[in-house]
Amino acid sequence: MSLLEVASLSVSYQTRRGRIRAVDDVSFALERGRCLGIVGESGSGKTQTCLAIAGLLSPDAVVLGSVRFRGRELVGASRRTFNELRGKDIAMVFQDPMTALTPHLTVGSQLCEVLKVHEGMRAPEARRRALEIMERVRIADPERRFDMYPFELSGGMRQRVMIALALILRPALVLADEPTTALDVTVQAEVISTFRAVIEHTGTSLLLVTHDLGVVAGLCDSVMVMYAGRTVEQASASEIFEAPAHPYTRALLDCLPRADRPRGSRMVSIAGQPPDLAALPTGCAFAPRCTRADDFCMQRVPPLEVGGLQHAVACRHPGSLA
Amino acid sequence: MSVPLVELRDVRVHFPVRGRSARRAGAVVKAVDGVSFALEEGRTLGVVGESGCGKSTLARTLLRLVPVTGGTVFWKGRDVRDFDARAMRELRRDVRMVFQDPLASLNPRMTVGELVREPLDLFAPELGESAKRDAVATMFERVGLRADLLERYPHEFSGGQCQRVNIARALIGRPKLLICDESVSALDVSIRSQILNLLIDLQAETGVACLFISHDLSVIRQVSERVLVLYLGKTMECRDADALFAAPSHPYTTALLRAAPVPDPRIERGRPRTTLGGDLPSPIDPPSGCVFRTRCPEADPRCTMAEPARKGVEGGEVVCHLR
Repeated sequence: MSLLEVASLSVSYQTRRGRIRAVDDVSFALERGRCLGIVGESGSGKTQTCLAIAGLLSPDAVVLGSVRFRGRELVGASRRTFNELRGKDIAMVFQDPMTALTPHLTVGSQLCEVLKVHEGMRAPEARRRALEIMERVRIADPERRFDMYPFELSGGMRQRVMIALALILRPALVLADEPTTALDVTVQAEVISTFRAVIEHTGTSLLLVTHDLGVVAGLCDSVMVMYAGRTVEQASASEIFEAPAHPYTRALLDCLPRADRPRGSRMVSIAGQPPDLAALPTGCAFAPRCTRADDFCMQRVPPLEVGGLQHAVACRHPGSLA
Repeated sequence: MSVPLVELRDVRVHFPVRGRSARRAGAVVKAVDGVSFALEEGRTLGVVGESGCGKSTLARTLLRLVPVTGGTVFWKGRDVRDFDARAMRELRRDVRMVFQDPLASLNPRMTVGELVREPLDLFAPELGESAKRDAVATMFERVGLRADLLERYPHEFSGGQCQRVNIARALIGRPKLLICDESVSALDVSIRSQILNLLIDLQAETGVACLFISHDLSVIRQVSERVLVLYLGKTMECRDADALFAAPSHPYTTALLRAAPVPDPRIERGRPRTTLGGDLPSPIDPPSGCVFRTRCPEADPRCTMAEPARKGVEGGEVVCHLR
């Protein structure tokens, strides 16, 4: 049994412009100690998938399908169930480290609060554990930083506090939503290596949401690419980077500025905009922006089909283009 | 030699630190500390460095948006400190900025058509109604937006589209210099390359010079002819882009290049655990000698003792004891 099993998950909302499916029939599994990356542009349903697992969707969301964590069904689970799981077994790291921390409490008191509430720890013991975890996520000089307020810390340091908060109860699963997007490249490199060390050290599983395939390459074992709420490609990280089959995955890879291309050459970009979820095309959602699209693509949504080596792709014309 | 469009000579911007603590009395933050560069008409200079290194402050000195406490800023050979209200007005027409947050830069109560037209109302009031309408329509098309969107409001647009509106707004008055301050950092990768291509095309078309600010060297690499690397308000390296990217000289430039993630698991997994340890030191109390020494993998005793001097290298100069 996998740690996390998501099957046919859908999240939809009733809007003035009709019903929109933010997440549409998404399935995946995550094993213990592994890292899965969910990749896609804004509005592709990455964050909604994450929030559905954590039970943090807004009350008007309609959730269908199944999310099993250690075999326990989470879709439709009570608030009490989630309160028990969240923090302790499932933790989250959000994009903006400033708004996710309480501004008027010191870093130390926020870390200790978690231990007091969930484990009934007393102050001296909690302090010791908090300092230990701060060291683990490589916060230099933890004794001094323990008594600092979030505004006194740099962005990278705050994000490390967020990671410490997420890891302090040794959760089995960490959901990280764009954890490095707000950071400088140098700090991003540090945070990635912190995550990597933590996964190796604790056996925690990581679900990483990002739009940057470079970050995925450094961390993830497997990758799921989403577009307009649907999974378009799913494979191991090495497969995704070496043999991307879906034209969208391919295009995402080509978009990245790379040092091995001639300087000043035109960058590859994906024409057009991500689609409006309230007015999706009849066929494949990516077809209007796709260079390989034909009449058939415009008419029917291609199913997600498993090819070799557990490499699944939803495309009529898969394959690597040179 | 012709007079450069913009020239900064040993520019310093020091902010006094407010606060009651005696320890901080009289302290200053050296946001920009002795930076010089020249930018010719129609050329592009990339300014790169981490948050807090003084990139944005540097750009703002030109429009007198921050007080310059030392050195001189020249616009077409004239000291901007001597500019009267009228000259400043002209300068603000000739130098336009595009910021990081595409939506926050646009007045939510104006339609995008009005927003793109506004600079014309301000700087070219003599133009007739139909001439203005034509100019807006042409500009709109040039940045890749459909004319039927003119009556819409900014909130109806995506981030990438808003940034196109900002670019249209910046370029409609035919400026001489465009300052892009992290203009693509908030955009998705796919949209980022669209906007970069648009900027490259428009620059070729209009001949506008560009000061491109970013923390990401891989973006700078795409657009710049010359690159200025800043750290704690000081120049680390300033060279032609070709020379710099072929063989970075300063250890900080090398570290920045290494930090950018590569979309290849084999390279990513094999890379050293830490490229650049720690955080930027406090600009109130910068390290002695070379400001980068506390994070420099190659620092030796010389770096603590004295501030390094500028040294000529291929295509520019580097500020480091070890080179």
